[in-house]
Amino acid sequence: MTRIALTVNGEGREAEVQARQLLVYFLREQLGLTGTNVGCDTSSCGACTVLLDGESVKSCTVLAVQADGSEVTTIEGLARGGGELHPVQQAFHEQHGVQCGYCTPGFVMATVSLLKDNPRPSEAEIRHALEGNLCRCTGYHNIVRAVEAAARAGA
Amino acid sequence: MIPAALEYRRAGSVEEAIELLGSDEDAKLLAGGHSLIPAMKLRIARPTALVDIGRLDDLRYVREDGDRIAIGALTRHAALEADAMLGGSCAVLARAAGEVGDPQVRHRGTIGGSVSHADPASDLATVLLTLDADLVARGPAGERTIAAAEFFTGPFENALARDEVLVEIRVPKAGEGVYLKHSRRAQDWATVAVAAAHVDGRVQVGLSSMGPTPLRARAVEEALAGGASAEDAAARAAEGTDPPSDVSGSAAYRAHLARVLVRRALEQV
Repeated sequence: MTRIALTVNGEGREAEVQARQLLVYFLREQLGLTGTNVGCDTSSCGACTVLLDGESVKSCTVLAVQADGSEVTTIEGLARGGGELHPVQQAFHEQHGVQCGYCTPGFVMATVSLLKDNPRPSEAEIRHALEGNLCRCTGYHNIVRAVEAAARAGA
Repeated sequence: MIPAALEYRRAGSVEEAIELLGSDEDAKLLAGGHSLIPAMKLRIARPTALVDIGRLDDLRYVREDGDRIAIGALTRHAALEADAMLGGSCAVLARAAGEVGDPQVRHRGTIGGSVSHADPASDLATVLLTLDADLVARGPAGERTIAAAEFFTGPFENALARDEVLVEIRVPKAGEGVYLKHSRRAQDWATVAVAAAHVDGRVQVGLSSMGPTPLRARAVEEALAGGASAEDAAARAAEGTDPPSDVSGSAAYRAHLARVLVRRALEQV
């Protein structure tokens, strides 16, 4: 076992983990943060996307020990509290960028990362930047509209 | 999917990593982990121990070095893609870095890890071969430089000794360069990809997914040197290759793709 200390959604956490423990299972099973989903488990679908030191990563392809000392943000850590959604969450809600919702946390986290690097992306840039996230319901159009709306809202 | 149980050691220096690799013959280096961890989850790779060099931040840099560009082995794909100097002086490499996987992969994956993995469908390995890059490895006896043409020895095999660490990649400043990648799905590996760039006054061309390692399209380069048109040179793109047949395409389809993509690349470069 290896002792790790990291910040998750602004809160310091320490834990003993196996070296082979993947970050997504550490978040879900050891910290109980089940908003981060496991879809394909092969670094393809992006449902497990979280921010690691501010950048989007697939947490099924990061070992928990690699996140030692880092800051992790999951979907649970986005909203400011008091029932108010993060502007990206609000945009996905208003533009109906969801159907079953399984991929949504990953899309939202990937969008937050995109808008940090490129605050006003074109439609083509949005589609390219979200190629690491798969949605099997929506056909992507409303997701792209949601990202455009979030960009307009200055998310 | 969970990797098999293993030991984890974080190296504080390249020297410590070399020592740790030397003390366990089934240990593997971990950089960004985006080739190794998926293989470990499928248990295609079952190292007994990981030697994590991911915190060696002094191996993350892109800098000019005379008429060459030196790149630290731990430089991430996203950093290569965004590097203004690289984009100006070696655009083919910056563009190919932006074609690796997807943004999440590019935030974690490193050039050294990708190249050491030696996937015949690798984007960056193909570009380094095209550019006649030099790869600098450090081992117990010190550093040595391996030419890209000598580095890729087989599918997923490279010329590094077990206790050597790839520390730097040196590429020439190249003139206009293009990287054209054809894949069936977004974020996928190349069915075929073509790199073409001006190096030392001549056009050099490389192919991904056309054999057991990244390949140079030598017949195309010879034809161009002899004054052939882009179309005539591109017709020779599949000469000397051994493309696989798999779910992404047959060998004959890949040979066709190589000719088409090489022609397009030559028309742009």
